[in-house]
Amino acid sequence: MQLSVLVFVLLGVMALAYHLGRRRSLATVGGRVGARSLHSLPSYYGFYTALWAGLPALLIAGLWVFFEGSIINSMVVQGLPSELRELPPAQLGLLMNDVNNLASGNIVSGEVDATMQRAADHLNELRSIGSTALAIAVLSIALGTASLAWRAIGPKMRARNRVEVIVSSLLVVSSLIAILTTVGIVLSVLFESFRFFQKVPVTDFLFGLEWSPQVALRADQVGASGAFGAIPLFAGTLLISFIALLVAVPVGLMSAIYLADYAGPKLRSNAKPVLEVLAGVPTVVYGFFAALTLAPAIRGVGESVGLSVSSESALAAGLVMGIMIIPFVSSLSDDVINAVPQSLRDAAYALGATRSETIRQVVLPAALPGIMGGILLAASRAIGETMIVVMAAGLSANLTANPLDSVTTVTVQIVTLLVGDQEFDSAKTLAAFALGLLLFVVTLGLNIVALHIVRKYREQYE
Amino acid sequence: MDGLPSEEEQEMTTETATVDVDVTVPDPQTASHSKELDSNFQTVGEVRVANARMTCTDVNVYYGDKHAIKHCNLDIGENQVIAMIGPSGCGKSTFLRCLNRMNDTIDICRVTGEIKLDQQDIYDKRLDVVPLRAQVGMVFQKPNPFPKSIYDNIAYGPRIHGLASSRAELDEIVERSLSKAGLWNEVKDRLDQPGNGLSGGQQQRLCIARTIAVEPEVILMDEPCSALDPIATAKVEELIDELRQNYTIAIVTHSMQQAARVSQRTAYFHLGSLVEVGETTQVFTNPQHKLTEDYITGRFG
Ligand SMILES: Nc1ncnc2c1ncn2[C@@H]1O[C@H](COP(=O)(O)OP(=O)(O)OP(=O)(O)O)[C@@H](O)[C@H]1O
Ligand SMILES: [Mg+2]
Repeated sequence: MQLSVLVFVLLGVMALAYHLGRRRSLATVGGRVGARSLHSLPSYYGFYTALWAGLPALLIAGLWVFFEGSIINSMVVQGLPSELRELPPAQLGLLMNDVNNLASGNIVSGEVDATMQRAADHLNELRSIGSTALAIAVLSIALGTASLAWRAIGPKMRARNRVEVIVSSLLVVSSLIAILTTVGIVLSVLFESFRFFQKVPVTDFLFGLEWSPQVALRADQVGASGAFGAIPLFAGTLLISFIALLVAVPVGLMSAIYLADYAGPKLRSNAKPVLEVLAGVPTVVYGFFAALTLAPAIRGVGESVGLSVSSESALAAGLVMGIMIIPFVSSLSDDVINAVPQSLRDAAYALGATRSETIRQVVLPAALPGIMGGILLAASRAIGETMIVVMAAGLSANLTANPLDSVTTVTVQIVTLLVGDQEFDSAKTLAAFALGLLLFVVTLGLNIVALHIVRKYREQYE
Repeated sequence: MDGLPSEEEQEMTTETATVDVDVTVPDPQTASHSKELDSNFQTVGEVRVANARMTCTDVNVYYGDKHAIKHCNLDIGENQVIAMIGPSGCGKSTFLRCLNRMNDTIDICRVTGEIKLDQQDIYDKRLDVVPLRAQVGMVFQKPNPFPKSIYDNIAYGPRIHGLASSRAELDEIVERSLSKAGLWNEVKDRLDQPGNGLSGGQQQRLCIARTIAVEPEVILMDEPCSALDPIATAKVEELIDELRQNYTIAIVTHSMQQAARVSQRTAYFHLGSLVEVGETTQVFTNPQHKLTEDYITGRFG
């Protein structure tokens, strides 16, 4: 039986279990009239039975799907003639690959001989036995656990509490998955970074002024010094992010003020979603806009006034990135500006303050912590942005403060370090993890500061 | 009463516009028997006074389609306290907010009629609301100090209007306003601390001090004591009584006792209509309109 069909059948069993559990709970107290002497509402008994019918069986099915491949594979290998079984693991792997392809009717790399054909038949046979066994096992487990739960139903049984426990443990498991993934990523980055720092000293990495990650493969190779100073990358990141914020903060803040305090309700409800669409445009699109339209335009303007502008410039990337993060600033600021109580505005108006005085001197100071939070979130977004920089700012790690030069950023370098054929234990690839770690620490720090500020702000008005 | 046909309304507008002052003086005999609202929105009692600071003529306020104030005529006398009472939702706050155009901040709110401050129509298109609001200050029901220091709360108004040319002068304004509001002794050592760190009663007096720092001529107070304990209330009432010497005051209150204690005139609103106006003692001891009487004696409901 196919897995999807099995799942549907299982859902059917659960529905049935719900119905039966509910019925039984009512039956034990003599029908609807006695429902008040039940510990929980009848539907909780239904849920209780249904959960018992579904969860153990689903767990078994999940485990089976996870381990099926390797178990069947090893059984097929066992069935191979001994001279094939003795093959080195790599060749055996290739062989099994062919067998697999043959079994599912795909094209096979080599000649098909009788042994292989037999192995493939064996594999198919095992698979069909396996899925039938699975179906039988899952359904009988479902029915078994469901009937156990069903028989336990009685007026004294605390079905509501048990359902709540099951539901809350499901929630805990889901959140654990998210947390454990984060922890796992951090640990792996941390571990690889340590390996990098064994090859390159931490101080060289943190304070080095030169970045040229080409490691010499041969002793006599020229121009491949392998310098891993992260300063130019962080300088580039900061330069571009700074330009981006220079665009996004004033524009975002002013549009937020306009939307919150000047625009009519109709305009506001239309303009806000439109502004937020900016955040939904894929960054690649911004990237080619920057690279194909803005960067040449900047160079043209620069050259007409006698400046030398490289065709990829920090300015182009920063400007476009700034446009991209406008909604982060404006949407959050708009929310906090709206959260400033009308009574404060009234107080200022009643003293004879004009609208702009009220906003500058009363609303903005009151909303400032929240606005800061929005700006910091936008900043961490800008720091993490890659695509626009790759396309518009270039790849050369210049240590410069001139926005007309091409610069590169941490994330871009991580990408270039890892694309292409690499050995995964050279300093060059490991450097990517160290950069990732550093970037993670920086953005995490920014986020913590931002969240802290936002939370503090909330306390003020509650 | 809300969904009056517009035809009828127009008819009434013209009618009340021509109404002369003395027509509104009722015959006490018939008036005390009329249980219903006067269908012409005529007010029982003397709406005009000799030394009026503000004069309202046929004021109507609409929130969208809702007719919140209906054909209201009222004078606010100089150096006098006028109390506005009435059941919840009858339009007291709405009327008060018309007097310094605070209703402008509500998008759906529309005001018609004429409100004059010293013979100047305040709804005149050419009139600037900023000086108007400096002239007609307002204290709100809930204390709303700025999240700034106590000093800056008071200094805010004088600063935006450029009332002080030096720091010393500003200091003096702050001290004077806080003293008038009876708060100086309590806060003189902590002027740099945030205003919302004060107790509710202190905050309300801070808001009053903030309002008088701008030296308005008229002060509007919307239930200024509703969040205060009896002691703080007594202080504010005392303050109102003192302020009366120099200012003209309109106060909305739900407390009949308070109205009787602090005001010289009382106006009773009902469902958006101004039902009765008169000397406070007279309104409380001998109300002319049945609705007023019911409200004052607690039979309203
Ligand atoms: N911003 C607004 N939008 C729409 N309707 C409003 C608005 N403010 C007040 N109203 C309506 O206008 C009427 C009068 O309201 P107002 O606040 O003036 O009453 P009030 O007499 O001050 O009542 P209270 O004693 O409860 O403060 C009410 O029916 C109210 O629902
Ligand atoms: Mg009110």
